[in-house]
Amino acid sequence: MALGHVLLGLLAQGERHGYDLKRQYDARFPMAKPIAAAQVYATLERLLRDGLVAPGGTERAGGPDRTAYGMTAAGRQELDEWLAQVEPPSPFVSNPLAVKVTLALLVAGDERAAGYLQRQRAAHLARMREYTRITTHPDTSLAGVLAADYALNHLDADLRWIDTALARVATLAEELQP
Amino acid sequence: MTSTPPDSGTDEDLLVAGRALVRSYGHSPALRGISVGTRRGEVLAITGPSGSGKSTLLLCLAGILRPDAGEVWYAGRRIDTESEAERSRLRRTRFGVLFQFGQLVPELTAAENVAMPLLLAGVKRRPALTAAGTWLDRFGVADLAGQRPTEMSGGQAQRVAMARALVTEPEVLFADEPTGALDTLAGEQVLTQLVRVTRQAGTTVLMVTHDAKVAAYADREIVIRDGMADDGAPTSALRGALGRTGAR
Repeated sequence: MALGHVLLGLLAQGERHGYDLKRQYDARFPMAKPIAAAQVYATLERLLRDGLVAPGGTERAGGPDRTAYGMTAAGRQELDEWLAQVEPPSPFVSNPLAVKVTLALLVAGDERAAGYLQRQRAAHLARMREYTRITTHPDTSLAGVLAADYALNHLDADLRWIDTALARVATLAEELQP
Repeated sequence: MTSTPPDSGTDEDLLVAGRALVRSYGHSPALRGISVGTRRGEVLAITGPSGSGKSTLLLCLAGILRPDAGEVWYAGRRIDTESEAERSRLRRTRFGVLFQFGQLVPELTAAENVAMPLLLAGVKRRPALTAAGTWLDRFGVADLAGQRPTEMSGGQAQRVAMARALVTEPEVLFADEPTGALDTLAGEQVLTQLVRVTRQAGTTVLMVTHDAKVAAYADREIVIRDGMADDGAPTSALRGALGRTGAR
């Protein structure tokens, strides 16, 4: 996902200038990786070059002139095509949790591996509690709830893997016993 | 030593505690010497895979099942050695119980279902129904007062069941997979309300679940595997208070 498509999405409801786009981004995606204003301006330049946005009105609010940008017909088409595209499912096979457990089993034995998994489980659940507080807080915006839901479900998937791994480690230990 | 309350000296806030609990069904051990405790006012999740013994633990702590060995304490009082009549009275007056399927009486309206524990305790019909209305309102289902369970969605029925479990204003709510039969969003609404209402009332909650997303609503988690506490961290703080008989 490129920032260009995100900015096009934020421009779909009308013209905005660069700083306003950054503020919108922060409000809509409060848990996403933060972006710098310079990134927004650089991306707008590129969108302008490609004919996906066009300059609109200017505004002056006690500082320098600010140019607002609007989406062109080509920009709208690009956005629609991007929204319709399926994102490739992420390959989670290189998860650092799995790597660590495998190594813990190799170099430290099943008890250490199980101990590590238990501590990791507790850390995951603690983080899930934080996100649950966000999703259930009456002041959380819909964007915030959606982002927290996403994080919660991924942590939950990790946690179920941890549970399975714990069971497998226990089974493996039993099998290895003489 | 076995008659010493587990909260003496070390953690005076322990409200419900099990010490070195053992319980078998025939030759199958469900609990193998687990020690757990909950502090007053906390929401505690008891998690673990199917067949790990978590429901058995809940039933023992709620005084519904008697452990084969070990001790169950409530508010400094050992309850596993009490008579069935004494434990039954305790369950009626101090404990509330909530199961996966609300287990409402299908012939009764929501208000009558919620009033039932009060009627059984000898409260007159009119004040019992008034209290039922108040509790239905707390769970946002006052408009269902005259409806029967078959006319409700799963989420609505579970809210009525929560009102019934709390209408006697118990000190402890024991909940076994309280949202297990609901879809994600209905379950989330039920849990949000359950935690909000019980926190307001200062009710201690012990909640069994296999779902980490449900456990994340709790203040603390105990993981059970094969009838023993699996996660060293949550119970270790209580081990000094509870584990003098060597739970693990």
